[in-house]
Amino acid sequence: MNNEFTSINRGKNRIEKKFNQLKAQNKAGLVTFLTAGDPDPDTAQRILNGLPEAGADIIELGMPFSDPMADGPAIQLANLRALGNGMTLQKTLDQVASFRTLDNETPIVLMGYYNPIHYYGTQRFIDDAIEAGVDGLIIVDLPPEEDEELCHPCMTAGLNWIRLATPTADDERLSKILKHSSGFIYYVSIAGVTGTHSAQQSDTSEAVARIRKQTDLPVAVGFGIKTADHVANTVAVADAAVVGSALINTIAEGLEAQLSTDEIVTNLHAFVAELARGTIKN
Amino acid sequence: MNKPDQSSVPESYRSGPDENGHFGIFGGRFVAETLMPLILEVENAYNKYKDDPEFKSELSYFSKDYVGRPSPLYLAQRLTDQLGGAKVYFKRDELNHTGAHKINNTLGQILLAKRMGKKRIIAETGAGQHGVATATVCALFNLPCVVYMGAKDIERQAPNVFRMKLLGAEIIPVISGTATLKDAMNDALRDWVTNVEDTFYIIGTAAGPHPYPEMVRDFQSIIGIEARAQILEQENRLPDTIIACIGGGSNAIGLFHPFLDDSSVNIIGVEAAGFGIESGQHAASLTGGKPGVLHGNRTFLLQDGDGQIIDAHSISAGLDYPGIGPEHSWLHDVGRVEYVSVTDDEALEGFQLCCRTEGIIPALEPAHALAHVSKIAPRMGKDQIIVMNLCGRGDKDVFTVAKALGVEI
Repeated sequence: MNNEFTSINRGKNRIEKKFNQLKAQNKAGLVTFLTAGDPDPDTAQRILNGLPEAGADIIELGMPFSDPMADGPAIQLANLRALGNGMTLQKTLDQVASFRTLDNETPIVLMGYYNPIHYYGTQRFIDDAIEAGVDGLIIVDLPPEEDEELCHPCMTAGLNWIRLATPTADDERLSKILKHSSGFIYYVSIAGVTGTHSAQQSDTSEAVARIRKQTDLPVAVGFGIKTADHVANTVAVADAAVVGSALINTIAEGLEAQLSTDEIVTNLHAFVAELARGTIKN
Repeated sequence: MNKPDQSSVPESYRSGPDENGHFGIFGGRFVAETLMPLILEVENAYNKYKDDPEFKSELSYFSKDYVGRPSPLYLAQRLTDQLGGAKVYFKRDELNHTGAHKINNTLGQILLAKRMGKKRIIAETGAGQHGVATATVCALFNLPCVVYMGAKDIERQAPNVFRMKLLGAEIIPVISGTATLKDAMNDALRDWVTNVEDTFYIIGTAAGPHPYPEMVRDFQSIIGIEARAQILEQENRLPDTIIACIGGGSNAIGLFHPFLDDSSVNIIGVEAAGFGIESGQHAASLTGGKPGVLHGNRTFLLQDGDGQIIDAHSISAGLDYPGIGPEHSWLHDVGRVEYVSVTDDEALEGFQLCCRTEGIIPALEPAHALAHVSKIAPRMGKDQIIVMNLCGRGDKDVFTVAKALGVEI
């Protein structure tokens, strides 16, 4: 690949290992997205710790932000719940570090917006994220035009830079997106915010094929994936499916129904297990 | 105020932004990938048309016959006498059609949107002035208009909400986040990311991803271009001081930009200090904020110790934004423009002073600039000249002012 950053030690890369492992098992990956600290830091840590056993192959954790511009209502509310209960960027890193004492295999990718990292200090954040056991970053509002901000320092430090590819990108734009991408490619299957409508499988299939022409990196597909059937349809054409808002909705519904913390945690893990059934390839 | 580092003083203060939309370290294109092709398309179209004679002539025609430009540069004699110092001139942009400077920009952007073949216009609004200016040009050019407005602002600004509806716009109440201007901008961006095929986003201030800060500045620069020519004609010299209020900063950058390389001209931007900077409840991003990234650009932002955006407060809904245009952040950094702040109470004083001495009910936004004029004019010589941008009229604010003064109407 067109990539001058070679310091990512691919042998030790949890993400690459995971995709190789899945391939050997003839499985696709389930990527779960949850907002760190949602609904509150303690419950969120319990949810996080149980995700691998429930069936999550890769964990995406949203770093809470007051102004999540690319997210739909479900994730917006998750951000507000987390922040309202005292979640911070530092605590997000702490939760990853705590998770790593139990699990040193499951990749964790932090996803979010640039400002909290900008405020924290980019180099300090990269160092602390690696130290905590983070495997990669997806920063929504840092397109290739702003690569010098965080992408280049991340790749130099050996932290994967996972980029979003979108239906609005033509082949030329796509090659710009893929340059300096590592870990996997996250294909956003619709033009829109998270948690709204779902893409047509044929459109996704065509887009993933277009991406594969330009890269050997695994392709995960997300946005609008809500059920095990969606997962199965998605992984028929991709290496992994990302589920976010639908998971977060189970937390919101649990809170709405005034379920106990135990019930919320149990329900969420049960839903992850159900989604994971969609990842077995025929 | 930051003192300029002599080695970093640019040859011209008017040459920014660079090709990536940077003014020094500020500006840029911090948007989701889905939006990038759209932003680049706007940039290409703007570069293609900004110097196009037909585009310029159409803009100039509507500016003159529809908006009523040029706006007068008016010597506020009674105010000058009362303050007892420098001569105070008002740039009368409150006389524009729709009552504020906002239409200079919406007119320019809709002419661009039409040339790009866009079929639908979206906008965000806080106080409703930009929403009204957008709804106005959408009616004029027969394009559907969707305006995102914070639910709290809809409550506070009922007359403007009704004006927009009369003009045929659809108003979408924003309940996300804190339900104010920043959230309206978030929801407008969410709309744009969803309707990528046919929609043009008319941003109301000189902020957002490149090329918006440059484009909005250029459309608003008509204010400063006219003012500069008018003062040269009326006084045969440049002013000593020019001054404007700043929320996002579009009226201010419009006045300032043509004067930036006139080193004899002292330039002052007035931010809203709300209940006072020390209260924490204000909208003074430069005075009380730190650099960060929001809504597509790096600029000074009101934020907490975790990089979360804090809501702004000002009695003037039009200044109630936790950020500021990136060019202002740069001008602040290099020290070319002095940025000060004025509280709600001082702005209310300025508001009443203008009503009583000049028979002009100003908007609460320029009342902030006027409050600062009333502080500095008395200390200046009678042969000195101040030009202040009176960027909006105050009809929209009479209820707010009455409430603040404890009057029931």
